[in-house]
Amino acid sequence: MIAYALRSLAQAVVVTLAVALIAFTMFRFVGDPVASMMGQEASLADRAELAERLGLNQPVHVQFARYLRDIAQGNFGISYRQGRPVADLLAERLPATVELAVLSAAFALVAGVALGVYTAIRRTGLLANFVMSFSLIGVSLPTFLIGIGLIYVFAVELRWLPSFGRGEVVKFGWWSTGLLTESGRKSLVMPAMTLAFYQLTLIMRLVRAEMLEAMRTDYIKFARARGIPERSIWFRHALRNTMIPVTTIAGLQLGSVIAFAIVTESVFQWPGLGSLFVQAVEFVDIPVMAAYLMFVALVFVLVNLIVDLLYFVLDPRLRAGTLAAARP
Amino acid sequence: MFAQSRLFATALVAATALGIAAADARSVKWARSGDALTLDPHAQNEGPTASLNRQMYEPLVERAVDGKLLPTLALSWRITDDPTVWEFKLRPGVKFHNGNAFDASDVVFSLDRARLPTSDYKGYLTSVEKVTAVDPLTVHVKTKGPNPIFVQNLTNLFIMDKEWSETNNVQKPQDFKNKEENFAVRNSNGTGPFALISREPDVRTVLRRHDGYWGRGEFPMEIAELVLTPIKADATRVAALLSGEVDFVQDVPVQDVERLKNAPKVTVNVGPENRTIFLGMDMGAKELRSSDVKGKNPFADRRVRQAVNMSVNRTAIQKVVMRGQSVPAGAIVPPFVNGYTTALDTWPAPDNAKAKALLAEAGYPSGFSVSFNCPNDRYLNDEAICQAVVGMLGQIGIKANLVSQSKSLHFPLIQKAQTDFYLVGWGVPPYDSEYIFSYLHHSRSDKYGSWNATGYANAEVDKLIEGLSSETDLGKRNAAIAKIWETLAAETLYVAIHHQVLAHAMKNDLDIPVHPENQVFFKLVALRKS
Repeated sequence: MIAYALRSLAQAVVVTLAVALIAFTMFRFVGDPVASMMGQEASLADRAELAERLGLNQPVHVQFARYLRDIAQGNFGISYRQGRPVADLLAERLPATVELAVLSAAFALVAGVALGVYTAIRRTGLLANFVMSFSLIGVSLPTFLIGIGLIYVFAVELRWLPSFGRGEVVKFGWWSTGLLTESGRKSLVMPAMTLAFYQLTLIMRLVRAEMLEAMRTDYIKFARARGIPERSIWFRHALRNTMIPVTTIAGLQLGSVIAFAIVTESVFQWPGLGSLFVQAVEFVDIPVMAAYLMFVALVFVLVNLIVDLLYFVLDPRLRAGTLAAARP
Repeated sequence: MFAQSRLFATALVAATALGIAAADARSVKWARSGDALTLDPHAQNEGPTASLNRQMYEPLVERAVDGKLLPTLALSWRITDDPTVWEFKLRPGVKFHNGNAFDASDVVFSLDRARLPTSDYKGYLTSVEKVTAVDPLTVHVKTKGPNPIFVQNLTNLFIMDKEWSETNNVQKPQDFKNKEENFAVRNSNGTGPFALISREPDVRTVLRRHDGYWGRGEFPMEIAELVLTPIKADATRVAALLSGEVDFVQDVPVQDVERLKNAPKVTVNVGPENRTIFLGMDMGAKELRSSDVKGKNPFADRRVRQAVNMSVNRTAIQKVVMRGQSVPAGAIVPPFVNGYTTALDTWPAPDNAKAKALLAEAGYPSGFSVSFNCPNDRYLNDEAICQAVVGMLGQIGIKANLVSQSKSLHFPLIQKAQTDFYLVGWGVPPYDSEYIFSYLHHSRSDKYGSWNATGYANAEVDKLIEGLSSETDLGKRNAAIAKIWETLAAETLYVAIHHQVLAHAMKNDLDIPVHPENQVFFKLVALRKS
């Protein structure tokens, strides 16, 4: 298992570098950073001089090699938009995104599994059918529409929750959290809900389908025949067996929520990585875009690794298999 | 550590709350679509950056809402007997936020700093040869030749403290090639009405009224605390005003102006911006890159350009695309700019039959096709304007294929003159036609014409334009400007569409006027008693 983890980490490095290379070849299609970095008065000579100074007119492979050399020395460069070190920017934005992502993923997972089980065992119930139809909204409505809808109801009309930002945050070293202040907690509610809505409905529908499948299998019938209480059958026997696909999907979703909470972050002006990336793209802030994309690749590889390791915990058969194989 | 920093944070919050209550004056939350890029006053020549820095730093002269120059750090200015030397008399008794005294050495330092290669304001100061301090309150600026409108270029050139800059090693504006952040990017020390308290880029910037400000008795200065919170999404920004979380929204989306006007407790101020939106056509190329006409260039024929001008229905664009929020224009010169005349600002009545006849006369009875380059993230409703133009041109047989893309892809096409047909906007910070001529109408060369992608090159006009910069007799100079405009108008080089209109929305107790350069002077804001 340790060897497996190490191999995955080595792969992570390769994937990250590959992403960086692809990113670098794509940047020229995003635009010319010099256009955003200089005012309209700048002469053609000034523009050419800046491009030269930043090495933007060198061939892609030269730029890429220089970039690799710099990051090997721990230097991710300076943001073209803000004139600040990229590593600082990412570190500053990371807590906001992680807090939002973890909270919404936890909510989506707990509520999704609970509702999935409920709708599976009360298949014909009125409430279950209502939940199922309601969940269609979650999968079909675009995130920004849900976000703006929530803002108008809870911020403009009811005035219960703030419409933007993160509220007051408390800092611990380089980490910051909004969970310890009232305004911080209030600010988290709507973005977390918006972000969780799609994941929630997805997990719920998945759990429901898997549960229905499991409930039809022979071992459930035998369990029933043995007189095991229904509650125990649902949660100890059926649900456990649905967990492998659910873990896979939930894990991938967590990765994408950390990486691509872009829409939600933009709607709520959430100061996370997603909004940083959107602004970097608009400005053609190459150092930020490159570092961000590499970071995202790393997150995905790590999440996948964790999911793989979780399989061992969830499914005893896998553990037995590796142990058996390991025996001489 | 854990408990301590938390305690500290709580104390800080409490202190801020108390501070506001004790001062018994208004804290204003100011929302914009984007944050200032940096606090370094010379690193980025960009509107939102200047409008935040302007609260903390001051230039020698400021531009009032009506376009007039107001003495700020300079009390008076004049051209000396030597027409290449400008003299500025400085305001006495001014202090920087850190208590340092302001004098001529700071002006010399700042104007020199703004001319360095990493400064983005060097374009305003290309005519400067040397800046010298004559005495602590007198500065001479020697220009390379006579420059009668030099002072007009100074309204965004902020003055820094020489000593502070040297102590913090920020004698140069941020070099983006460096590994480290310049101290001035997130710290400031100006002479302005507000001093920086805290700065979290893209999140929140807090300024507090500077009680030692020289204009404390002169201006209302009723805002005690100013909090800039960028909110990028249009709908969220408007919602934040409606919910009362922010007090002032500087960038109101066109589609929300009417709704906000009807909202209770909200005032909307609307005014013209110093920016004209227009179409450009490449008339200089032998053959258009993207047209089905080969071997010749339709835009080279004046009648074709006139036909385009005639087919663009400006009133329809104003009504439908801009929802009334624009001022239709006949020339790339906003009304408050020197050289503007109502005669210039006219356009032919839209007449498709006549336009078609002109095209036929020019040899294109069935029209032609051409790519039309358009930005989609720069001007108000830019892409929608382009779509409307495509429809209008289609009616006279010109098939414009719309290529709309981000400004970072669009602007280089114009700067490198690689587009046949394009939409762009132009602002005139010095409020003088010379600026419009030298960037948009002079033929392309090292010093001139960097935004002229039309290929227009008229040696006679070039000579007149170059003459403007050294003509010290303002009467003669204005006559020359009128003559150039006359020549250009006959050419139909560009097709002006409209001047942009800006809308600010605010709570009822504020009354913030619209400045043509989209700048806000919070020191001038007086609260309305309700």
